[in-house]
Amino acid sequence: MSRIKDSITSFLFVVPALLMFIVFSVYPFLKVFQLSVFDWDGIARTMKFIGLNNFKNIFTLDNAFWISMRNAGFITFLALTFQNTLAFFLAHIVDSEIRGKNFYRTIFFLPPVLSGIVVGLIWNWIYNSDYGLLNKFLIWLGFSNLARAWLSDPQTALLSVSIIHMWKGFGWGFVIFLAGLQGIPRDLYEAARVDGASETQILTKITIPIMIPIFFLVSILTILGTMQIYDIIVSTTGGGPGFHTEVPITRIIASMLGSSRFGYACAQGIVFGLVLLFISLLQIKLSQNLRSE
Amino acid sequence: MKNSSTGNYLFSNLICIVVAISCVFPLIWMISSSLKTQQTVFSDMSIIPSNPQWQNYYIAWTKGNFGTYFFNSVFYTVVVVFGIILIASMSAYAISKLHFFGKNFIFILLISTMMIPIPGAFVALYVLLNKLGLVNTRIGYILCQINGGLALGIFILKTFFDKIPKELEDAARIDGCNKWQAYLHIALPLARPAIMVVAIFNVLAVWNEYLLAMLILSDKSLMPLQRGLMVFQGAHITQYPLLMAGITITTLPVVVIYLLMQRHIISGIIAGALKG
Repeated sequence: MSRIKDSITSFLFVVPALLMFIVFSVYPFLKVFQLSVFDWDGIARTMKFIGLNNFKNIFTLDNAFWISMRNAGFITFLALTFQNTLAFFLAHIVDSEIRGKNFYRTIFFLPPVLSGIVVGLIWNWIYNSDYGLLNKFLIWLGFSNLARAWLSDPQTALLSVSIIHMWKGFGWGFVIFLAGLQGIPRDLYEAARVDGASETQILTKITIPIMIPIFFLVSILTILGTMQIYDIIVSTTGGGPGFHTEVPITRIIASMLGSSRFGYACAQGIVFGLVLLFISLLQIKLSQNLRSE
Repeated sequence: MKNSSTGNYLFSNLICIVVAISCVFPLIWMISSSLKTQQTVFSDMSIIPSNPQWQNYYIAWTKGNFGTYFFNSVFYTVVVVFGIILIASMSAYAISKLHFFGKNFIFILLISTMMIPIPGAFVALYVLLNKLGLVNTRIGYILCQINGGLALGIFILKTFFDKIPKELEDAARIDGCNKWQAYLHIALPLARPAIMVVAIFNVLAVWNEYLLAMLILSDKSLMPLQRGLMVFQGAHITQYPLLMAGITITTLPVVVIYLLMQRHIISGIIAGALKG
């Protein structure tokens, strides 16, 4: 009897968390699936059941959604390659040669601490066509022909937004890479040097193989974080010009608030969620294969 | 040989310094512009304005409504972080130190939101809040965010409680403490470092949150800073010095907290990332 009572009073500790979880995580999670098969404006008392039509429309009619997916994919590709290469490169030099590790770590992690809105609004101004710093700098250098309205020119908008995102994000990778590098025993390097290995060989034969699990970790965080980019878009281009910087989250919000199609927004969310899940699983599979080799 | 490594060293330092400047410069530029006038802001390229317009901050704070936004942000941050720590530490403690049916299952369940991204969930969350009459209320915004921080909080705190030796608990229980007292007086004070990590992490997350604030809050009197910034920029897009003053008001607290607590923040991030 007392054991049951003991178990119950212990259980009481998790009740608040469970309640929150059920109401604010489980219910919305299930609700997304339910709403996705309805046509509903978010207000009307009755919802119209339309089966899988929302999904059919996403795959057949919704060009903008797939453009947004491609845009997010483009930013993600740049983040995976340029941003993470820069992060690793910086971590490697800070780890191996430089004094003031803490100084650099503090500074490089400053942009990730700022909000996406703040970062977007500041860069908005840097990119501004008439009085932005970037154009002023280009003109000062004598490249006035390169000056342009970076965020509203279809040719440069997506790239410009990507640069903001990478500026804000590389500090994450840097910090994690640096922690990984500092965990590598220095004896390994010493031994290799005694054996006559060059610095490049040490990097490619020792450091990089040890770091592979961390590369995977940072990649997966980069992919999930970048695909769901929103704040920076909203505070700079809002998705324009045209659909050039639309991303999946801006499309979902446009369906929801712009055209009041709540069911459709949920269906878009599910498709996008499945894409993310697929990428995550692919990554995990890849890293397992690499590890077992 | 010697020469090339010195060259390398200089080159490495140079790159790091250039990147460091690129990280800091936009912030310096933001502060500098916030102190210029509407007339000089586009022509005056100096870093330190000769005639700093401190009243820009007063105007942004009062007419720009940033005073209200600021207090809202402080309120939301304090309440949400307190809620997360309370609820997360209770369940983390129970899962780590107490016994009840199905606790491992509950643990996995509670932290599952950390692993599964559900990008459409905010649509349903909005529908739910609407049903509960919590759209455009402080409590609706607060509850969503407490829930958002629970999974990571429980994970970090449970890992920490696991490391506290059981003997401490047993001693307290023998001395006549009940579970609540043991949690409150023994476990919680010991967990202070982990609580710090959870707190700082969430202070940044709540302070910087925008999407939910945009969806849930439409009254200016309820909006936090990030939302207020977007409203201000929509209405006064050309008032750059005031906008920059608003951004500075939004950013400065975060930067100060970060600089004071950066060791906690960075070690928390590394611990979270490497374990996940």
